[in-house]
Amino acid sequence: MIPATLNGYLAISVALFAIGLLGVLVRRNTLVVFMCLELMLVASTLALVAFSRFNGTADGNTFVFFILTVAAAEVAVGLAIIVALFRKRQTIQIDQLNALKN
Amino acid sequence: MGHFLFNVFALFTLVAALGVVLNKNAVNASLCLLLSLVGVAGLFTGLEAYLLAFLILLVYAGAIAALFLFIVMLLDSRGDARPTLHKLPIAARVLAIGLVVSGFVSFLARGRLPEPDLAKLPAVGANLKLYAYQLFTTYLLPVQILGFLLLIAMLGVIVLSKKFDGMEDIK
Repeated sequence: MIPATLNGYLAISVALFAIGLLGVLVRRNTLVVFMCLELMLVASTLALVAFSRFNGTADGNTFVFFILTVAAAEVAVGLAIIVALFRKRQTIQIDQLNALKN
Repeated sequence: MGHFLFNVFALFTLVAALGVVLNKNAVNASLCLLLSLVGVAGLFTGLEAYLLAFLILLVYAGAIAALFLFIVMLLDSRGDARPTLHKLPIAARVLAIGLVVSGFVSFLARGRLPEPDLAKLPAVGANLKLYAYQLFTTYLLPVQILGFLLLIAMLGVIVLSKKFDGMEDIK
């Protein structure tokens, strides 16, 4: 049992971020890598909200709006890039997308 | 919210996040992402940020995860063969994972921030007026920049998904 304190929330946030980073490093499917990036963003918002709650200031909460908007824009552009890539190369596996190598 | 619900939501979030990483099938991974976001919304409720919990459900789980599902089905990706660590960058990956793990461990071992008394602090997340006040005073410029960002993203997506005649020979 983790107590629902500031340190507890931060531990969850750090763990979520670490899992996201692990996914970015380990997975080969571009879409799944992208999902793991989203997980990392959400982990950072969790830390912000926890700090905001335990400090009694609202700035952290307001920042979540900005992160949410940036994440939405990022997803739109990223998925458009992935679709364009798939149209061109018929694959979204990272190790087959090596046209810039050499 | 008590410690029990916090633990339930935390466990739910982390297990679903692991599901995103470990699932072979991209459809299952995106559904796990959705579950993980629901867990995060629960954690936000525990922090009394009700509006943000709702927004996470609405924007992330409702729009972004659904968009992921659409694209996964559109691209018909058969999932990749097992998450693996292979080939040349293995040293870099081992280093990176080692850094993440050591950061997590050192946070658990020594990251002891002072615990404020929650009863004395105002529940700022539950105060809707405060969000609006801050967005329209302190953070007015960032809000406008975000508007431009969304506009640029929209234009970029239109350009990216449009087919141009002269673009075919770029390989």
